[in-house]
Amino acid sequence: MKKIINQPENVVEETIEGFLAAFGHSYEKLQNENGIIRRDRKDKVAVVTGGGSGHEPLFLGLIGEGLADGVTLGNVFAAPPPNNVMEVAKAVDSGKGVLFIYGNYSGDVLNFGMAAELLEMEGIETKTVLVTDDVASAPVERKEDRRGIAGDVFVVKIAGAAAEKGLSLEEVTKVTQKANDHTFSIGVALAPGTIPGATEPPYTLADDEIEVGMGIHGEPGMERTKMMPADELTDRLMEKVLEESGLQAGEEVAVLVNGLGSTTLMELFIINRRVAKVLAEKGIEAYDMDVNSYCTTQEMAGFSITLLKLDDELKDLYNAPADSPYYKKARTGGNVYAK
Amino acid sequence: MPNSLQEVRLTAAQVKEMFLYVGKQVRESKPLLTKIDSAIGDGDHGIGMSVGFTKAEENLTQKEFDTINDVFKTIGMSMISSMGGASGIIFGTLFVGGVKGLDPQEELNLPLLTKILEGSVTSIKERGKAKLGDKTMIDALEPAVLGLKQCVEDNKSLLEGLKSAEEKAEQGVERTKEFVAKFGRAKSMGERAIGYQDAGATTVYIIFKSMREWVEKAFVQE
Repeated sequence: MKKIINQPENVVEETIEGFLAAFGHSYEKLQNENGIIRRDRKDKVAVVTGGGSGHEPLFLGLIGEGLADGVTLGNVFAAPPPNNVMEVAKAVDSGKGVLFIYGNYSGDVLNFGMAAELLEMEGIETKTVLVTDDVASAPVERKEDRRGIAGDVFVVKIAGAAAEKGLSLEEVTKVTQKANDHTFSIGVALAPGTIPGATEPPYTLADDEIEVGMGIHGEPGMERTKMMPADELTDRLMEKVLEESGLQAGEEVAVLVNGLGSTTLMELFIINRRVAKVLAEKGIEAYDMDVNSYCTTQEMAGFSITLLKLDDELKDLYNAPADSPYYKKARTGGNVYAK
Repeated sequence: MPNSLQEVRLTAAQVKEMFLYVGKQVRESKPLLTKIDSAIGDGDHGIGMSVGFTKAEENLTQKEFDTINDVFKTIGMSMISSMGGASGIIFGTLFVGGVKGLDPQEELNLPLLTKILEGSVTSIKERGKAKLGDKTMIDALEPAVLGLKQCVEDNKSLLEGLKSAEEKAEQGVERTKEFVAKFGRAKSMGERAIGYQDAGATTVYIIFKSMREWVEKAFVQE
């Protein structure tokens, strides 16, 4: 597999070095850990996100005003170790506690969980919201087993805005949990992404094959089928995600059409056009549409659609300003890329 | 050198040598573990274990050890702090879980190894919430430790104990093929995970196999 890297074991460190070469004016790395924090930290609840590397711009692209205060980065597709999580939490805690937000994967739960226990012993209060937006990853009866994918972006956005408003850790956690409960995603894979240094892709999809609902690490999805036109594929995903969300005519949503790595912006716009049409037909208001590749898996091809069901509280937080190198929200509301 | 295998006791320095050998064997199994994990997981298990044992080797070779406790703790903490992923915590707990609260020990014999690993099984189950049949490393570890326990009761030697553990772990790995996964990324495969062995269980088998090989090489050479 061709990849522009040096030594596979150095990819995470070198990614961080490159990120800081560009944005070091606003961010700094912790000395002995792969953690990055904001330089201008405030006296407020701290929001920490993170997970395995390899999904850039997630997670390091989400640190900034109105977003996360720190990120903890593991090796490629592997949760960060507890000491890494702990150091980031300690560095950003202002005494008002730390909210951890991460995708619901076994490794992340174990490592963040151990870190949270150890932090508690050191007198640092933490809360956790697991992101579980992927509706294809488990049936609705086992909703708590669902994984987190691109919905991370919306959940961190809401948490960051709530923390910036000066809410307490309890309050920030509550509204962040609500944001997760209102976030529904579904993806489709066209081709795999490979771990840097791996000689073979982790799975294969034939040229004319796609897998609906496949996870971002290649976790098996709902159905493997033949490639189809964009509209047909979008309709299929929208049907499932709308059913799961229980959205009714007259309600409002923020939409994220997220590319998985090598899918082009042209394709994403074609998909988004159809998403807008489907929502309009259902009488659901697309309050905001974001078309971007935030949550990727290397050169994986495919996309996901995420719907955030808005109410007044979430809309207010959604509209709050946010500013990181890869996610910006203008002070007037509405994504600066989408609008 | 002990007179009979029955009395084999390892000093802390020997335990360190044994696990350096074990680490080397696990690292050399990286392609195999990657292949196994790619079938139903995301393929990073071999890489993770390799990172963990490399860190353990670095920390083990840096110093002399007086106690068994310290050797186990050094290996476990190396894994927890370097690997990340579920494996980092679980395999780290395999080494630290059993020496937690254990009085300092200068020699390792079969009863002590058994006691340590029984503690590990309890700690891992507590942390990871997995039980037998969930298609995890527990499916190899728990039967292996039961094998050790049986050998203690039967007054067997360390080598015989390790042979039994290796055999039980291997059978455990085979049995994981029959299970659907309750944890990790294979969980979402449901029935489709049947037929594939668990990568973590495979690593447990490699660990016991390598321990047996080392003890055999060190003490059976007349």
